Amino acid sequence: MSEHKGPSRRMLLGAMAAGGAAMTTGMARAAGDPAITELQPWMRSLGDGVDAHPYGMPSPFEAHVKRRNVEWLTADPVSSVNFTPIHELDGIITPNGLCFERHHSGIARVDPSLHRLMINGLVDREIVFTMDDLKRFPRYNRIHFLECAANSGMEWRGAQLNGCQFTHGMIHNVMYTGVMLRDVLAAAGVKPTGTWLLAEGADAAAMTRSIPMEKALDDCMIAFKMNGEALRPEQGYPVRLVVPGWEGNMWVKWLRRIEIGDQPWQHREETSKYTDLLPDGRARRFTYEMDAKSVITNPSPQAPLSHGKGPTVLTGIAWSGRGTIPRVDVTLDGGRNWHQARMDGPSLEKSMHRFYFDFDWDGRPLLLQSRAHDSTGYVQPTKDALRAIRGPDSIYHNNGIQTWHVDERGEAENVEVG
Amino acid sequence: MSRSVERRTRFAIALCGIAVAATAIAPEMPSRLMASFTMTAQAQTVPTGEELALGRLATPDEIAAWDIDIRPDGAGLPDGSGDVWTGEELYVENCASCHGDFGESIGRWPQLAGGQGTLTRDRPVKTIGSYWPYLSTVYDYVHRAMPFGDAQSLSDDDVYAITAYLLYLNDLVDDDFVLDREALAGFDMPNVNGFYPDDRAETEFGVFSAPICMEDCRNEVEITARAEVVDVTPDDETARLAREAAATGENSGITEADAQVTTPDGAAAPTSDPDLIAQGEGVFRQCKSCHQVGEGAGNRTGPVLNGVVGHQAGAVEGFRYSGALEKKAEAGLVWTQEELAAFLTAPRDYLPGTKMVFRGLRDEEERAAVIAYLQSIEE
Repeated sequence: MSEHKGPSRRMLLGAMAAGGAAMTTGMARAAGDPAITELQPWMRSLGDGVDAHPYGMPSPFEAHVKRRNVEWLTADPVSSVNFTPIHELDGIITPNGLCFERHHSGIARVDPSLHRLMINGLVDREIVFTMDDLKRFPRYNRIHFLECAANSGMEWRGAQLNGCQFTHGMIHNVMYTGVMLRDVLAAAGVKPTGTWLLAEGADAAAMTRSIPMEKALDDCMIAFKMNGEALRPEQGYPVRLVVPGWEGNMWVKWLRRIEIGDQPWQHREETSKYTDLLPDGRARRFTYEMDAKSVITNPSPQAPLSHGKGPTVLTGIAWSGRGTIPRVDVTLDGGRNWHQARMDGPSLEKSMHRFYFDFDWDGRPLLLQSRAHDSTGYVQPTKDALRAIRGPDSIYHNNGIQTWHVDERGEAENVEVG
Repeated sequence: MSRSVERRTRFAIALCGIAVAATAIAPEMPSRLMASFTMTAQAQTVPTGEELALGRLATPDEIAAWDIDIRPDGAGLPDGSGDVWTGEELYVENCASCHGDFGESIGRWPQLAGGQGTLTRDRPVKTIGSYWPYLSTVYDYVHRAMPFGDAQSLSDDDVYAITAYLLYLNDLVDDDFVLDREALAGFDMPNVNGFYPDDRAETEFGVFSAPICMEDCRNEVEITARAEVVDVTPDDETARLAREAAATGENSGITEADAQVTTPDGAAAPTSDPDLIAQGEGVFRQCKSCHQVGEGAGNRTGPVLNGVVGHQAGAVEGFRYSGALEKKAEAGLVWTQEELAAFLTAPRDYLPGTKMVFRGLRDEEERAAVIAYLQSIEE
C-alpha cells in the first residue's frame, strides 16, 4: 500500500514546487481529457452524509427533467394538464413525481383519516369504508398505463407541438397496489339490477364517471399505492380508481363514493367532454378503450441526436388498452421500408412496452415512425387513415403514427408526411 | 483470521440476518414445519369481499349528504324551482366572470351558449344548446362543481334558476320559463339524438388489422406539415443547456438555482405617470370580470378595489374573503405596492387558499402598471 502511494505523492509535491501555481494548473497541462486528468471535487472532498435528504431527489443535473404544461391550452392551471417528460425516461415505469397531472379543480389535499369510501345505490348493504378498512381486503399489484383520452389531441389538424412530451406525454405507467373493485363491491352485495356504477371523487369538481358493471367486476382496482409508495396527492391520494386500458378520465382520483345503478348517469365528462364528434355531426360516446399506440421518444425534438453519425440507439414506448404489444415496427425513411424493433422489458396486459432499434446512422436526414401491433392483431394506423374516418374535430383518441424529421445535425422536428 | 476480519464477517452475517438464519435452520427443521412452509409457497385461497364483512352500514343522513348525482330521468333531483330572471342575477354574479355575460366565454373558459348548427362544420362550437344531450347534466354539474372554487355553495333553487337561465341564453325557453323537477326531467335537448355507442369494433378494427407492408411500401415521401412553422411549443432553455452539455461532455454551468423560476424585484411604481396608468387600465381588463373600481363600484366575484393600494387587507365591507386572506388580514397585512405586486405575481403561491382564481401577472411592467392604475382611482 505505502509503496503505491509514495510515487504519486512525490509527483504532486514536485508539481506544486515547480510551478508554485495552483495544483489544477499543473494538472491541466497533462495531456488528455480533463474529466480524467483533473481531480474532480467530488473525488476529493466528502459528500453529504445519510439523512441529508431523507426523501431523496434526483441529481441537480437532472433538474430539467420535469413535467411541463402548455399555458395557452387551458384558461387556468387549476383546471389543466401537464405532460410527462417521456423523452427523458427509459424502461416502462414512470417515476411518481413525473406522472402527468390532470385536475378539474386543482389537487385535493385529502386528510386520509377523514377520507371515506361509500358504496350506495342498488346494493344489499350501503357501506362506508375507512382507509384502514380498505387495506384489509386482499391486495394485488398491477402495472398499467394511464393515458388521457386527449393525448395527441392537439395534433389532429397536423403537426403542432414540437416534442413528444407535449404530443404524447399525457401518459404514465406505474405499479399500483390496491384491492380489486369486485371484492369491495361484493362486501356491499350488488343487486342483479345493478349494471352501471358511478365513481365520484372528493375534489372540488366532485369528478364523476359512469362505468359498466362488467368492467368493474373484471379488472378494476381501488389503489392506494403507486410504485410502492402512497399515491401522490396529484394522483388521487389517498385512493383512486384504476380502470386498466380505459381512458384516464375514468380513473377517478380521491375516490369517495361508488353508486350502483341500472343506467349510465350521462354526466358532464361523458357527454359534453370525452365524446368523439365525427364529420356527420354525431358523436361516439363511451369510447372507453385506448387504441394501440406508440411513439419514438429518442430521438425526438426535445432529444436530438447529438453524437453524429455512427451507432445510434432509437427507442420508444408502445401500449394498448386491449392487451399486450408483441411487436413494433420502425421506419427510418418515412414508411418506405419498415424494420421490426426489439422489444425489451416486461410485456404485461394494458401496460407500457419498451422498444429499441439499434442502427448505424449515416448522417443523412431521417423520417422516423413507429407502428405498434397489439395482441388482438390491431395495427396502429396512420393519422391520415384515422382522419379519413373521424375527421379533424373528434379531439380524443388520436393514436395515429407519429413522424419525426431528423436533419443532418441530428435535430428532430414534429412533421407529417404525405 | 485477524480480529478485524472476524468483526467484519459478523457484521455481514448480521446484515444478511434473515437469509443466513433461514439457511442455517432449514436442514434441522421438523418435517411438519417444512410442509407448512411449502404450503405457504403455494397459492392461498383468497377470502372474498363478501366473506370479509368489512366497513359499516352508511346512515341515511350520510347517504343523503353525499348522494348528489342527477340522472337524465330526473333521479336525484331535489324539490324546488327557479326562473329565468332569478337565474340571470345569479349567473351574472357567479358565472359571467369566466363564461361571459351571454355564455360566450372569456378567454379559454368554456362557451355555454350558441353554436347551434355548427356540429357538421369545421371547428364546431360545442355548447349546452348545441351539443349537450341532457339537461340533467347541467343541473348535476353546476351543483357539484360550480361556481369554480366555491363548489356546492348554491341552493337547489339557485341551481334550478341558473339552469333555466342557461336554457334562455341558448334560445331554448322564453323569459317567463320556470324550471323544476318535472320540467327538467321531461326537457328535450336539441342534440339528444346526436350520440351513439362506440362502434370502433365495426368501423375501424377491420381496416386497422389489414396485412401490413414492410418493404418498398411507397415511392414519394413528402413533408406536408411542420411543427416549427406553427411554433407554439413552450421553450425550455434549461433542458437545452443540459442536453448540449451532455453532448459535448463539458460543464453546462447549470446550478440548482437554474431550475427555479426567478422573478426580478418589483420596483415601486411612480404613481403619476399617465402612460403607466393608461397601460394599467388596459391590464385591468383581465381583472374586470371579477373586480369593479370607480364610482358606484361594488363587490362581485371579487371585492371592490377602490383605494386598495396602501389599505389594510381584507377590509372591504360585505365581501366574504377566503380563510387564508382573513388570517393574513388579522396578522396585519397591508396592501403596499410590494405586497400587492407579490400577490399579483402568483396569487396562489403568495396566498395558498385564496379565492382568486386568476393565474397571476408574470410581467413586472404589467404589475407596476395595474398597481399604478389602482392607485390612480380615488376611494
